[in-house]
Amino acid sequence: MNTVIFRTIAPTLAAIMLVFSIFVLLRGHNEPGGGFIGGLIAASAVAIYGIGASVTEVRRAIRLDPLSIAGVGVVLAGASGLVSAFFDVPFMTSQWLAFEFADSEVVLSTPMIFDIGVYLVVFGTISAVALALEEPEQ
Amino acid sequence: MIETAYALLIGVFFATAVYLILSKAVIRMLLGVAVLGNAVNLLIFTAGRLTREAPPIVTAESGERLVAPYANPLPQALILTAIVIGFAMFTFLLVLGYRAYQELDADNTDTMRLTEPEKAPPPPTTY
Amino acid sequence: MASQTQAPDPGALPAAMIEHATAMADWVVILPVVLCLIGGALLLIMRKSRIGQAGLAILVTIGVIASDIALLMRTLDGPVSMTMGKWLPPFGIAFTADVLSAGFALAAAVATLVVLFYTQAELQLREVRHGFHALVLLMLAGVSGAFLTGDIFNLYVWFEVMLIASFGLMIMGGRKIQLDAAVKYGFLNFLATTFFLVALGYLYGLVGTLNMADIVTAAAVAPKVPMAAIASLMLLAFGMKAAAFPVNAWLPASYHAPDPGVSALFAGLLTKVGAYTLLRILVALMPGTRDWLGPVLVVVATTTLIIAPLGALAQTNLRRALGFFVIGGIGAILAGLAIGTPTGIQGGAIYAFNSMLVMTAFYLVAGLVERVTGEMDTRQMGGLYAVNSPLSIAFLVLVFAAAGLPPSLAFWPKLLLVEGSVASGQYWVLAAVLINSILTSIAGSRLWAHIFWRQGRAGTHSEQPNDRLRPLSPTYRGFAAVPTGALVLAIVLLGLWPNPVFEAGRLAATGLVDPVPYVAATGLAPANDAAQGGAAMASEETPR
Repeated sequence: MNTVIFRTIAPTLAAIMLVFSIFVLLRGHNEPGGGFIGGLIAASAVAIYGIGASVTEVRRAIRLDPLSIAGVGVVLAGASGLVSAFFDVPFMTSQWLAFEFADSEVVLSTPMIFDIGVYLVVFGTISAVALALEEPEQ
Repeated sequence: MIETAYALLIGVFFATAVYLILSKAVIRMLLGVAVLGNAVNLLIFTAGRLTREAPPIVTAESGERLVAPYANPLPQALILTAIVIGFAMFTFLLVLGYRAYQELDADNTDTMRLTEPEKAPPPPTTY
Repeated sequence: MASQTQAPDPGALPAAMIEHATAMADWVVILPVVLCLIGGALLLIMRKSRIGQAGLAILVTIGVIASDIALLMRTLDGPVSMTMGKWLPPFGIAFTADVLSAGFALAAAVATLVVLFYTQAELQLREVRHGFHALVLLMLAGVSGAFLTGDIFNLYVWFEVMLIASFGLMIMGGRKIQLDAAVKYGFLNFLATTFFLVALGYLYGLVGTLNMADIVTAAAVAPKVPMAAIASLMLLAFGMKAAAFPVNAWLPASYHAPDPGVSALFAGLLTKVGAYTLLRILVALMPGTRDWLGPVLVVVATTTLIIAPLGALAQTNLRRALGFFVIGGIGAILAGLAIGTPTGIQGGAIYAFNSMLVMTAFYLVAGLVERVTGEMDTRQMGGLYAVNSPLSIAFLVLVFAAAGLPPSLAFWPKLLLVEGSVASGQYWVLAAVLINSILTSIAGSRLWAHIFWRQGRAGTHSEQPNDRLRPLSPTYRGFAAVPTGALVLAIVLLGLWPNPVFEAGRLAATGLVDPVPYVAATGLAPANDAAQGGAAMASEETPR
């Protein structure tokens, strides 16, 4: 696995995959994609970088503890459901906010926040597992 | 017709899973768990009726409503959830089995007797 | 048969959304779960921090208890329901709570709070950093969710949330014996939830709906034989979760392995979720399957009742013996189910509520005994009465509670079980309930005599060495002893004034036997229009 070619290409590949994962995440609302698959792609990027470089380097690069990222995701997802409390509708009812920005219509919604939460949960847990398995044994 | 084929396939999956789970080796039990998860997912999919119609997507052309017939989307949502959960469970059990193999030096459930000591002395016969 | 979840004919578009405003007060149905989830997630984020975790966990649990009490007050007037995301039931995922669910959720949260206080005495920094508090809250989220949900697939999801959190707690500390226990616990519980999933798939294939209130309606007209098959699969799955007799072996093989606090949490919460689900599914959802399952239930209940205390008699490890008492409690709940009359179900439900508190307290007291003596083996303990008499009193009270003798709360549900079995002429169940009480009091008082009364030690060491069994420092002793003592006191007080619990149990049993209010609370038509399909009914509901 640890060839020169792989080690050279891994950082670039990981970067491309991370960007692509965000594209998939945002595309997901009305087209195939979404937080789950986006999170999986991002976690694979982390796993590839972990094989190519080293686990310590990956941990330094993402700075936060992966499980903390997953925690942020759960909080985001839960909070997105609580937003509907202010509109006299049941839990998790989607709320929309559309506005004009730079000649195009931007639509923000609570399902998007929920999806970002899912992205973070999947990214956090899967990369925590992947990094734990990649870590050399003591 | 196709349902029968599916039913047979699910049966084969279940039989394989049960055979593997009944094994003594933890790694085979893990494989059995993986097969069992797939068997159940296939079962839910079949229980939701097999159709080969259009995806249940509302578009502007269809007049903002679903036009029958269309595939039942619910089993797919259920299976997706079950796959994710099954995956998480499998990962946990895999790591657990590996740790147990390292720490207890055993892949054989017969030799895992820490919680239920094999030569436990009898309880005192006095009150 | 076309699935009923498909939309009706494309004529006039039926209403798909709930149009009336949701009252703020309805949020108490969802609040216990949301609080636990968000609290657990926050603790996951800050799990590396040294301070503040315990405080936050305890604060969140108190919040959960408060919302559980509010929910229980509301359910006394009838079930409360909320369907997520404004989708009309049965399409949206509903949370529906009646007295049974709210009461159990309250007991679970109280047990968790006591355990959280207790564990402050014995937790090590390493475990805090591994996310102990986050896992406890996530497990409470799973348990509360399982009690409060009104959607059967959602129930499966909460089961798995609970299971994953309990896996984490089971191996917390990383001793070899815990790994061994986790292998058994993990595989068998995962198998049980998979059986549940199989039953769920069949159920959906048969009645085409997953909303529990809608299943009540649809199951009444569904063909009987497939329903009986599904019900027996459910019985197997939840019998396994609840550790009923033929499938109980995993419980005494795993519950004594983790630290006493975690054992107490498991013993109080986990098996009772299985018992609750059996009550809900077999009594409220599929009453038509009783003709077939009745005899099976009687056999399972009686054997569980008798085998459990016999197992406890044969044990020398204290907490393993307690594991058999947990199973005995499950037997009593199943006896209520087997009797099947409102009195019997009332007894079973109250017994489950009681068992959640008693078993938590029992394991905590056992943990204290282990700490004081430094042993896990009852033959090594001996003479503790002279050293610590309050502990011996608490232990004896709990022995009475496990056996169903006064002054504990457990006496009253046992009385109801006896009354119900006599009234319905089920003398096997009657005999088993009485024999269970006698055998449990023998096994329990024998444990008590060995630990507290007899002088000195007897026999040789047989347990694994355990570095955790050092005596507690005086500051921490208060943390461990005060909440445990308070819980024991609460059990006695409830036993002396059982009226509120009794009345709540009666309401819970009525709600199970006659689920019309439960169905009505979700906004679905009541069961007397059962000839129509669920989907048709939902579309006929006019927006209110």
